[in-house]
Amino acid sequence: MSSHAIGDHGHGHAAHGADGHADHGHATSFISKYVFSKDHKIIGIQFLFSTLLWFIVGGLLALGIRWQLAYPWSKLPILGDMLFSGEAGQMSPEFYTALFTMHATVMIFLVIIPILAGAFGNFLIPLMIGADDMAFPTLNMLSYWFMWPAFVCFGMTFVSAGHGAAAGWTSYPPLSVIESAAPGSHMAQTWWLLGVTMVGISSMLGSVNYMTTIIQMRAPGMTMFRLPMTIWAMFITAILQAFALPVLTAAGFMQLTDRLWDTGFFVAEAATANNAAEMSGGGQPLLWQHLFWFYSHPAVYIMILPAMGMVSDILACFARKPLFGYKPMVYSISGIAGLGFIVWGHHMFVSGMNPVLGVTFMLATMMIALPSAIKVFNWLGTIWGGKIQFTTPMLFALSFVSMFIIGGLSGIFMAATPVDIFIHDTYFIVAHFHYVLFSGTAMAVMGAIYFWFPKMFGRMMNDGWGKVHFFFTFVFLNGTFYPMHLLGMVGFPRRLADPYHYETFAHLLPMNQFMTWCAIGMVSTQIIFAVNFFYSMFYGPKAGRNPWHANGLEWCAPSPPGHGNFDFQPIVHRGPYEYGSPETDEDYYPQWEPPKNGNDEGSVSTPH
Amino acid sequence: MGKAKIWSILFLMVPVLGVGLFMAAPALRMWLPTDVSEHGHTIDHLFVFIMYLTGAVFVATELALVWYLWKYDANSNTQPAKFTHGSHSLEVVWTILPAATLLFIAIYQINAWADQKLARRAPMASVGPDGQAGTADDVPKAPLAEVTGRQFEWRIRYPGPDGILHTRDDLTDVNDLHIPVDEEIVLVIKSEDVLHSFFLPNFRVKQDVVPGMRQKVWFKAVKGSEGRSYDLVCAELCGWGHYKMKGRITVDTQSDYRAWLDKLSFEQHRTSEPPPPTDEE
Repeated sequence: MSSHAIGDHGHGHAAHGADGHADHGHATSFISKYVFSKDHKIIGIQFLFSTLLWFIVGGLLALGIRWQLAYPWSKLPILGDMLFSGEAGQMSPEFYTALFTMHATVMIFLVIIPILAGAFGNFLIPLMIGADDMAFPTLNMLSYWFMWPAFVCFGMTFVSAGHGAAAGWTSYPPLSVIESAAPGSHMAQTWWLLGVTMVGISSMLGSVNYMTTIIQMRAPGMTMFRLPMTIWAMFITAILQAFALPVLTAAGFMQLTDRLWDTGFFVAEAATANNAAEMSGGGQPLLWQHLFWFYSHPAVYIMILPAMGMVSDILACFARKPLFGYKPMVYSISGIAGLGFIVWGHHMFVSGMNPVLGVTFMLATMMIALPSAIKVFNWLGTIWGGKIQFTTPMLFALSFVSMFIIGGLSGIFMAATPVDIFIHDTYFIVAHFHYVLFSGTAMAVMGAIYFWFPKMFGRMMNDGWGKVHFFFTFVFLNGTFYPMHLLGMVGFPRRLADPYHYETFAHLLPMNQFMTWCAIGMVSTQIIFAVNFFYSMFYGPKAGRNPWHANGLEWCAPSPPGHGNFDFQPIVHRGPYEYGSPETDEDYYPQWEPPKNGNDEGSVSTPH
Repeated sequence: MGKAKIWSILFLMVPVLGVGLFMAAPALRMWLPTDVSEHGHTIDHLFVFIMYLTGAVFVATELALVWYLWKYDANSNTQPAKFTHGSHSLEVVWTILPAATLLFIAIYQINAWADQKLARRAPMASVGPDGQAGTADDVPKAPLAEVTGRQFEWRIRYPGPDGILHTRDDLTDVNDLHIPVDEEIVLVIKSEDVLHSFFLPNFRVKQDVVPGMRQKVWFKAVKGSEGRSYDLVCAELCGWGHYKMKGRITVDTQSDYRAWLDKLSFEQHRTSEPPPPTDEE
């Protein structure tokens, strides 16, 4: 597998040897190499570390929520004495509100979106398409460094006077606009809005870069339909971001001016709360919901498509079999992206939006389940008839498929508008999106870390401990999230600091306690992952270029790849999933390997 | 048994426990709460219908996954991997079948939606007793009461003897909504400050209340529910006290309902001082 043909250096702009990088500037100092780096791999790893740190924050916030739901108004362990010394360590309802607001905010804006696009997008795109770097390295660096103002802004929501941002991650006005409606949110809500804007700028810079790079920088022979699914998913995601984000950014500014200067875009005539002076208003709270979800529904796909892409790559690699239905998979994610723009109203079925309009959104929403179903069937087709290797990344990828089935199917309940009347804003919804985003995306991300760790750091993670990590995460996540379906069936509402004083929900406390202990177990299990990650980074066995015997171009680069990625010009001869090809004796047939039967299918002559 | 079989069994637990927990749910009292509304059964029916449908797909796909993992484990599978890139006919089948199913669900549920969210809009808007639509059914049903959400309570206003809201004889109450049994109820819901959501779990009613909008909800409490009261939940985040914005809805017999209004009337109008003519609160 280490027999790398030295490629023809005469092809196209991607044909830089390792020495041809004076334009990027050779990293000379620590600062320019690891801090203000323009190298996509360093930037990707910077994103990875930052988002994993925020993952810890988001996870701890979730535990705070779980604690209150299991032991309402009891002393908060560890932090209680420090934060609430006046109330015998018991958390306040304002604090609870800030907890779930920031849990969602951190997980969505600072973990899932940047870990997929920022960390894996950055690291993998040039490597997988055979480019030496991104199209715009400086822009790339900026996209990471715009995350820092966002970190500061979101951090400020925790420490600014009062109780923190308290309008939910959806920041619905008037609660988010009229300051007297949420006393104690003062500056925090303003910082929150600025933070979202900064994250948006970062994503936007990234998406422009990804689109350009994928279109312009592919290695000779890498046609669009030879791209790995990961890259297709990143490409579609970048398009989604480019078209949806400006709407959120604009809406965010409008809400900011509403909040600061009473512009009244999103509040009704004579709006008031808590006997405060009336605002001039003249706007509509529902307008914010439309604009917010116009971004945030496509964002749901931004948060899942790259995971689907990476899972497709991992599944094919460890089933030792070509991906089943490559083109249908590509069309599916394109279909999801297209339909993704016209389903936002399904978040608003009972919002007061015209119910006739709701029917339109319902139809589009039903139809968007279709490409997801097609993807699941094709993943099953991929492992059918394979020779499945149960490595850690494979287990995470398989669990993605298994869990995404649950998350996908539960979506059909809420797409049915009459059913949504009952389950809207209940734990049924919470179950649904945690199955998609945690059991789906977060598990795929963990699998992707185990899979590409050797390429990132040149060493393998421990597979045995990886499986222990997988096993307990898988068990505990189901213990945490699956019962949420049942709670939702009872109508258990979201975002209630203490639901048990309602007669309907009083008997649900024991189940919530069980879920909380599963959540504590799930977060604790991640310690295994953290230790494995850092230990392996320094002491793991050396990986070699292609430890998994995989086909993608990234596996022909050294591990870790140096500046400029490839020490020879990769030329692409075939698609990324030729595992078990009869043309070769090995069970994989890398994209860069020259054809063994002499039949080149003319790939080199068509660089792009 | 190889190690890989352990993983197959772990994934087998997903459909086994997944279905098992749903089957145990009614015994755990984790099922749809008692439905006392006339329309609620259509929602429950749709829920259960979708549950069986998705449940079948869930079991089938999860079992297929487990079966493939078991059978095609590299340690025990002696066959070479099938070198196939897909199947056009399979793609067609598993595109058309789910598409048809989803389309069926979509069409199947439209009427229930229309009944609960659309039925009263047109007649309420303009058609009077002598309007073109002309039948007795088209006469707008007067609202039984107006429910106003505010941080963190539900203010309830009955129109009083004259049947017109916001007049001197209005009767008001907080968090305690009474309705007569077996009669179609129309409520006007609105908000005084931020978003709230008017959620009656036992009546399968949920509607966000939006400042600046006056919306209507309608439902009918079935016979047998009289004499009981149920939760009125705020289901849209409305601030730090969201969790405690709790009301109760009590279903009365016609006579109990009259008595309830009389009691309110006695409490609120016994003095010669008339109540304020507007709804300033």
